[in-house]
Amino acid sequence: MGDHFNSLRFLLISALIVMVGVIITSMVGMAIQEELKGMAKPTLIFLLLFTSTGKLFSFVQFIGFFGPLLGIFLGFDSINRERVSRTLSKLVSQPIFRDSIINAKFLSGVAIIAIILVATVLLISGLGIRLIGVVPGAEEVSRLIIYVVISLLYISFWLGISILFSVIFRSAATSALASLAIWIFFSFFMSLGASVLSDAVAPISQTASGVDAEMLIRHERIQRVTSLFSPMTLYSEATTTILDPMRKTTRTLVLMGPLERFSMSRFQSPLPLLESIFIVIPHLISIVAITLLCFGICYLVFMRQEIRTV
Amino acid sequence: MVCSFGWGGVKVKGQIIVETEDLTKKYGSRTAVDHLNIKIEEGEVFGFLGPNGAGKTTTLLMFLGLTEPTSGKAKVIGFDPTREPFKVKEKVGYLPENVGFYDDMDARQNLRYIAKLNRISGEVSEKRIDYWLEMVGLSDESTKKVGAFSKGMRQRLGIAEVLIKEPKLVFLDEPTIGLDPDGTNRMLDLIHSLSREKNITLFLSSHLLDQVQRICDRVGIMINGNLVAIGPIEELAKKKLGLGKEDYTLEEIYMKYFKEA
Repeated sequence: MGDHFNSLRFLLISALIVMVGVIITSMVGMAIQEELKGMAKPTLIFLLLFTSTGKLFSFVQFIGFFGPLLGIFLGFDSINRERVSRTLSKLVSQPIFRDSIINAKFLSGVAIIAIILVATVLLISGLGIRLIGVVPGAEEVSRLIIYVVISLLYISFWLGISILFSVIFRSAATSALASLAIWIFFSFFMSLGASVLSDAVAPISQTASGVDAEMLIRHERIQRVTSLFSPMTLYSEATTTILDPMRKTTRTLVLMGPLERFSMSRFQSPLPLLESIFIVIPHLISIVAITLLCFGICYLVFMRQEIRTV
Repeated sequence: MVCSFGWGGVKVKGQIIVETEDLTKKYGSRTAVDHLNIKIEEGEVFGFLGPNGAGKTTTLLMFLGLTEPTSGKAKVIGFDPTREPFKVKEKVGYLPENVGFYDDMDARQNLRYIAKLNRISGEVSEKRIDYWLEMVGLSDESTKKVGAFSKGMRQRLGIAEVLIKEPKLVFLDEPTIGLDPDGTNRMLDLIHSLSREKNITLFLSSHLLDQVQRICDRVGIMINGNLVAIGPIEELAKKKLGLGKEDYTLEEIYMKYFKEA
């Protein structure tokens, strides 16, 4: 379904992402150039292009934050636009399976997201090669590919959310607002809620003998588990681990055992790719699961809708 | 040896093309269509009349397999629309009331898209698109965006879109509503010629009784989900208005049935 390509909205959002990508790269690229002057080449420098924050934020953070918007923009009026323009009742009276309508909507969205992501990553890589003069090795390339796949899944999850709302709500504005509300909830309030909850369940009390260690660990644990319910946390933990080989765990410092902490300081070398993948496999599975779940609900709701209301 | 192919897909004039058996649809406690028994022959123009909310559109949706009957059976071009909606939709066209188009595409692109959904190959579909655009008088406007079309042009494009798959049976829901007198006449002529020249069965639901009287071979009157009358207009006139009355109108007949119901 090529109607995405012609729309002005699509042009706007992809232009925004590409532009931001280019700006961030040039900033980061120049920063790295300065840093690297007179140094021997460290390992896996290329990935720094995506993860280092430069002056504002890194590209990875940017996608984690605004990627959902891309998904929402592509999906929020997919079904109810057809309903409002009365083309949906025409579509369902053609000899096509009803599920192919919703599948096409979802898959075309996923394809668009994939194109944007790959194009942007390639653009940044190209710019990066010119700026810092470092050619990525096989491991860096494979890490980048995994990153793109995770991002694709993550944005598809948001696409699924917005398509779901476009099936449920008749007005495009309502479904856009509902998806945006969910996005804002997960990106701003989830971490807030997590800390509130952990404060309530396991308050850290300042006693004379200092902070109660048991309590502190419980506090941290609850906060972490709650925030893991947010797809945004899942995604950012997964991608930073994949793109930053120095990260060996997704846990915070407080939750690490003494041995773990010891090995952290003892072995400062980057983690091999496979090990990085092992660390984030639970995250990956969760992202895949919520994406599929979301699309599944969407599919069911659409298939069961009475045509009268279509 | 017993062969049980049913009577699907055989082209004989006078063949029954739509048949229902106690077709019933309930929405909650409300009965939209109540034990409908109807038979439509191939090639006829059937007018389906009734006040708003009488269950006409619901009946059409059941014929297309777009909504499931609560009980009873329907057979459309030889297939059960609930079980084999695909086969029905391949050979049956449906023009909903106030049909919608993709406004940012032109007339030709809209038709091409529908042809693609019907898996009509490129060459054949281009030929058919040319032909039907000519037939509905939109050849000159074929590259205009549909968003700029008038109501009448949209309705004519809708007809072309339905006919692109060369159906045997076409359901038209209020085909002339909102058209100017000239547009209405052209639409009625087109419907008439489809039936006479192409042997397409037309099943149209409408409130505009004078128009129905002009083009329909038979009519059915549905009130509150019940089919209260069915037959050729003259026959109903004889039955309701008495013998010997020559200058009857369908409206008189209809109002008589309506008051009785």
